[in-house]
Amino acid sequence: MATIMTVDDTASMRQMISFTLNSVGYDVIQAGDGSEALKLARDRKVDLVICDLNMPNMDGITLVKSLRALDTYKFTPILMLTTESQADKRDQGKTAGATGWIVKPFNPEQLVNVVKKVLG
Amino acid sequence: MAIDLRRFHPTFFEESLEGVAVMETELLEIERILLRSNEGVAAEFDPERLNRIFRSAHSIKGGSGTFGFNQIAEFSHALESLLDDSRSGRRTIDAATVGVLLRAVDCLRGLIDAARRGEPIPACADSVRAELERMQVGAAATHLPSRAEPVRGTDGGWQISFRPRERFFHTGNDPLRLLRALAELGPVSIRADLSRLPDWSELDAERCYLAWEMSLAKPVARHAVDEVFAWVAGECDLEIQLLAHAPADSPKAEDRAASSIRVATAKVDSLVDIVGELVITQTMLSQLAEGFTPERLARLRAGIAQLERHTRDLQDAVLGIRMLPIGFVFSRLPRLARDIAGALGKQVELEINGERTELDKTIIERVSDPLIHLVRNSIDHGIEPPEERVKAGKAPHGTLRLTAYHKSGNVVIEAEDDGRGLNRPRILQKARERGLVPPDTQIESAQIDDLIFLPGFSTAETVNDVSGRGVGLDVVRSNIRSLGGGVEVSSVSGRGTRFTIRLPLTLAIVDGMSLRVGSETYILPLAWIAETLRVRAECVSQPAGSPEIIAVRGDYLPLLRLDRLFNVRARAASLSEGIVVIVEADGRRAGLFVDELLDQQQVVLKSLEPHCDRLEGISAATILGDGTVALILDAGSLVRHAHNPMFAMANPPSSDLSQGAGAPALH
Repeated sequence: MATIMTVDDTASMRQMISFTLNSVGYDVIQAGDGSEALKLARDRKVDLVICDLNMPNMDGITLVKSLRALDTYKFTPILMLTTESQADKRDQGKTAGATGWIVKPFNPEQLVNVVKKVLG
Repeated sequence: MAIDLRRFHPTFFEESLEGVAVMETELLEIERILLRSNEGVAAEFDPERLNRIFRSAHSIKGGSGTFGFNQIAEFSHALESLLDDSRSGRRTIDAATVGVLLRAVDCLRGLIDAARRGEPIPACADSVRAELERMQVGAAATHLPSRAEPVRGTDGGWQISFRPRERFFHTGNDPLRLLRALAELGPVSIRADLSRLPDWSELDAERCYLAWEMSLAKPVARHAVDEVFAWVAGECDLEIQLLAHAPADSPKAEDRAASSIRVATAKVDSLVDIVGELVITQTMLSQLAEGFTPERLARLRAGIAQLERHTRDLQDAVLGIRMLPIGFVFSRLPRLARDIAGALGKQVELEINGERTELDKTIIERVSDPLIHLVRNSIDHGIEPPEERVKAGKAPHGTLRLTAYHKSGNVVIEAEDDGRGLNRPRILQKARERGLVPPDTQIESAQIDDLIFLPGFSTAETVNDVSGRGVGLDVVRSNIRSLGGGVEVSSVSGRGTRFTIRLPLTLAIVDGMSLRVGSETYILPLAWIAETLRVRAECVSQPAGSPEIIAVRGDYLPLLRLDRLFNVRARAASLSEGIVVIVEADGRRAGLFVDELLDQQQVVLKSLEPHCDRLEGISAATILGDGTVALILDAGSLVRHAHNPMFAMANPPSSDLSQGAGAPALH
């Protein structure tokens, strides 16, 4: 089964995402910010990255850029968690190479649908 | 799929309240810097402070929306928008803005608390939110966007022309996935356009050369089609227009958060490691026990030594889980200091050091009130009004410095101000007026300072709502003592006052010395023991009508014979046969006479209070290795008793208490 990495500085969001995706059979690893995520991504292959945009140390957009610069993550799907009010951030994220986004707030069903769509 | 989001609520509440605390701390710091720059000191605050505040508001907004707390989401949205204006420079941050933001932070905390308890939302929410929205640039109040209404397709379906750009794959998108998603909406016919495909020799596998023409033969909602292509709008030419897709309802639910504790993963990992080691040792010991022969004794001993080591490691690690940084308490104080100083027309800067010093969770919770009291006390009584400070050649703003650090198995917290210091003549006068000190007695400055901890003592000229009257430092001292610690004060007139609180690291376990008196064993916590010595009879004297006194290197200390105090028969017939333990508490020393010292050991505290009233001289009990009960001595009250024997101990514990092992009975 595919491995998904959730990157968020809020533990409750990470827990929710991780629990939801675990319950449908995905392996989930968690990272608290961009730099931690980048470290984890270098150590092992992740099939999908779901990242928040506003994070300390390394924000989501920098993370997307840094992942795309790695050979192993050139084509890996990366989804951003955004809110309705963040259209400009979302565009920046897309320019940096993000695959798509999930709009907050979302519920577990929506999350699973999007993930299934992306991972096929 | 049914996932109950309520399981995530405790974490959400906890981290949201932490976020609120971060916002408050940073806002106060920004305010302090702004005040400084008004005083003429060039100071600019680090924009990262504003970013941190923004991130906290943003996280709370995202979480509250996801977990179904719409009021919190709307409120934090208004707060976030104002912060975003400030962060991006559309609005300059001034004292008024910080004031509004602080009020909003208070209100947000109230909203989160209300949601946590399942109570109605606090009254402040609407007015403060309106204020936030008014302050926004352009005053165009933006609420959370309402759900986009789905637009229905009316004709027989959709014709879609989809032409990805060459770099399409580089965002991790896959045209096949989109085609599949479209096919899920209804029957589609797809025609690939190969016109852009180059020669084989020029073909780059990482580029996308294909395009597709599709017709969807089903009248689905337009936004359903838009949604399929939403992510790739910027990476392709598409003939349909985008609509934002809609958020759905999250289940609305309220939950009470259980008392929980967040533990660093590293601490849990080390626990797992130690348990692993324990299991190995246990296996080794059971193998040894099978067919045990005397030759294996050395290995058995080694195994038991290993077991001891692992048990101690495990004990330390488990207690470590309950350890929290004192910053949890300290973080509340800057706001408090600001509000008190404001109410009294004083300027105070609170400096905090050592906030990472760790303490048991229970102690942290119970040390909070005493600390708040000391901060109040320092600002009210210690730090002078600005004019008075300037006259005394000091900076107009006073400094209150809180420092926490570990010192020989204890945690020490100091609260030091640079105010006017204790007014000793006045304290002495007050104490005499109230009959706390007999007239015409000479007492030393340190003893005068200590008078402020006496019950009912207050020198405040007027009663005010900040420090109140009389209820105070005596309560602080008794609270700290009940935690097994102590508090002392030192002061230099005109220069400032320093309160020093000393606390044990944990309440559950104590390093003790076991002492024998007659047939009884008592435990004396090591922290109180200054030294032990044998005394010759000539070192002890008894002035008429006074307790016995021993001379120790030129110092005279009261001597307390535990056998007489606890009414047990000592084995030592004369002083020279027994031993004197010098204990030190609250800066005073006394000698305790016992038969002998037995052993140094860690004991687990068992409270006596469910079984009997509080006993002077005894703090708790413990169960020894052989199963008997030993009482743990309370050095603080013993020293007090030794120095003031006329304050007879209210409930001197009698010997029959400790003889009925297991269930101490009231006599």
